[in-house]
Amino acid sequence: MVEIRIHGRGGQGNVLAAYLLATAAFFEEKFSQAFPSFGAERRGAPITAFVRIDSTPILRRSQVTSPRYLILADDGLLRVPETLSGLSSEGAILVNSPHAPEDLRKRLEEEGIPLVPGLRIATIPATRLAMEALGRPIPNAPLLSAFLSLTGLLSTESLGRAFAGRFSGDLLAKNLALVSSGASLVTENLWKEQPIHA
Amino acid sequence: MRDALEGSQAIARAVALCRPQVVAAYPITPQTHIVEALARLIADGLLEAELVSVESEFSAASVVLGAASAGSRSYTASASQGILLMSEVLYNISGLRVPVVLTCANRAVSSPVSIWNDHQDSMAVRDSGWIQLYCADNQEAVDTTIQAFRISERTELPVMVCVDGFTLTHTLEPIDLPEAGLVDAFLPPFHFSRSLSAARPLTQGTLVSPEFFTEIRSLQHGAFALAEQEILAADHDFANLVGRESGGLLRVEGDREATVGILAMGSVYGTLKDAHRSGLLGRPVRILCLRAFRPFPAGAIREASEGLSDLIVLDRSLSPGSGGIVAHEIRSALYGTGKPPRVVNFVVGLGGRNVPGGIFREMLEALEKNPPAFSFFDLDPGKLPLPKDSVLPTS
Repeated sequence: MVEIRIHGRGGQGNVLAAYLLATAAFFEEKFSQAFPSFGAERRGAPITAFVRIDSTPILRRSQVTSPRYLILADDGLLRVPETLSGLSSEGAILVNSPHAPEDLRKRLEEEGIPLVPGLRIATIPATRLAMEALGRPIPNAPLLSAFLSLTGLLSTESLGRAFAGRFSGDLLAKNLALVSSGASLVTENLWKEQPIHA
Repeated sequence: MRDALEGSQAIARAVALCRPQVVAAYPITPQTHIVEALARLIADGLLEAELVSVESEFSAASVVLGAASAGSRSYTASASQGILLMSEVLYNISGLRVPVVLTCANRAVSSPVSIWNDHQDSMAVRDSGWIQLYCADNQEAVDTTIQAFRISERTELPVMVCVDGFTLTHTLEPIDLPEAGLVDAFLPPFHFSRSLSAARPLTQGTLVSPEFFTEIRSLQHGAFALAEQEILAADHDFANLVGRESGGLLRVEGDREATVGILAMGSVYGTLKDAHRSGLLGRPVRILCLRAFRPFPAGAIREASEGLSDLIVLDRSLSPGSGGIVAHEIRSALYGTGKPPRVVNFVVGLGGRNVPGGIFREMLEALEKNPPAFSFFDLDPGKLPLPKDSVLPTS
C-alpha cells in the first residue's frame, strides 16, 4: 500500500487534489481512499489530506502517520514541525516552490529546520504555472501530474480523466494543459518503485 | 455501478434509488453533502421528490413526520447539535410508529465545540425509539440506507443510519451503487397502514391516559424484538441481489477460537481488521463489530462472546459519571450468563481523535496489567492541568 499525505492551505484545492488522485487510481482498477483532516475551515489555514492506493481493498481508516510521499502545496508549511512528521529517509517530498531542491534545502538548513538525511526532494513552481494558466493560485493540477510522473504510480492520462469528471469546457482544458506542463518539469520515474503490493 | 465517490455523495444516490417523495433538511452546519447532493438530483430532474429546506432540524424532523404520516416516503439527515435539536420530534416519530429514515453523520456534541467524529450525537438519542444501525464503511452505508427503508416500513419503526462523520462521509473510495431495478425489486412502493386520509379519518397523536400508556410503550418495545428479524432478513435478501452483506446485527471475525475479543462499532472496525490482517495485534483476537445498537442484540452478543475470557469494548462516546455507553449495555447483556468474560471498556477517538492501527496492541497489552473497568485509553495526561498543589518545574 502506498500512503500519501498532502499538506496545503485552505482554498488551494488540496482536498480535491486527494480526491483526484484516488479517482485516478480507481480508473486504473486499483483500490484507493482519500479523505481530509479539516482544521478550521477557512482560507489560508493549514489543511491535510490523505491518500491510500493499493492493489487490494483498503480497510485502514486511520490518518496517514507514516507516509511514503508528501505533497506540499505551500513550501512555507515546511516550517511547521508536524508537516514532516512520520516521513522516513526512504520517503520523498514534492514541494510547490519556486526554488530548486538544493536551494530549498539550504534555506531550511540556514533556518535551523532539520531534514532527514537522504530524503528526496523535488520542486516545481506550481503556483506560477497555475497563475499563468488559470489566473488563480490553485496549484493541484501541475503538482499532481509532476507527482505521478516522478513516482510512475499512475498515468497522467488517468489524472486527466479524473479532472474530466470534475470540470468541463475551458476550465478542464486549462487544467489538462497544466497536467501536461507539470509532468514535463520533472524526471519521469525518478522515484519509481516496485509494483504496489498488498 | 462502481464509481469513486465521496461517502456523502454515495449515500445521497442510495437515498435517491429508494425514490423518497419528501426530503426535508436544515442545509447549514452541522450538515453533510448528502442533502446538498439530493437537492441537486431533484433540481436536475433526476429525482422526483419534494425538497423542503427548513429553518431548523426541529422543523426537518417535523416535516418528515408529517410527510410520512400523509403517505410519502420521507428522508432527512443531520448530525451533532442538529440531532439534539430534533430529539423531541424523534420521540414523536417513533412513538407514533411512523416509518422514516434518517442519516446521522456521527459527530461530537458541544461543548467543547467540535465538528469532528464520535458517536455522542446518536448515543444521546439512543432511547428515542429509533432503530440504530452503525456502518463500518461507505459500501455498508449505501447498502444499509437502502435496507433501512424496508426495515422501517415493515416494522413501523424509524431507522437512524449512523455513519461516521468525516471518517466515512468525507472519504472518497470505490463504491458500488446497485442498479435501480434491483432496488425496486427489493423495496416496494411506500405503504403506511395508518396514513392520514380524508376518506378514512383517524386521529394521530392523541392524548393517552395512564390506563393505556404502558401498553403502548410495551408495544413499541415489542416491535424492536421483531425488528431483529427484519434487520437480518433485509441484509440477507439484499445480499441475494447484490452479493454482499452488511453485517446483520453483529459480525464476528478475526480468530474465532481466541479467548480475547475486541468489540467495535462503526468505521474503527476497518482499522481494527487491518491491524489484525497485518499481524499488528500480536496475538489471536476475536473481532466483534456491532451493527445494530437498537434493537440491542443481547442474544447475538452472548453467543458471539462464548469462550472469551476478556472482551475489550471500544466506546466512541461518553456518559459522564458512568463511562462508555456501549460497554455498559454489553456488560448488562453478559451478566448472569455461565462464564461471562471480563469486560474492559476503553473510550477512544472522542471529538475526532485519530484511532491508529497500533492502538489495539497497546490495549491487548494493557489487559495484562489489570486495567480499570473503564478508562480513556488515548488520554494524554501531559495535556491535563497540573494538580493545584503541584510544584511547577523550574527551568
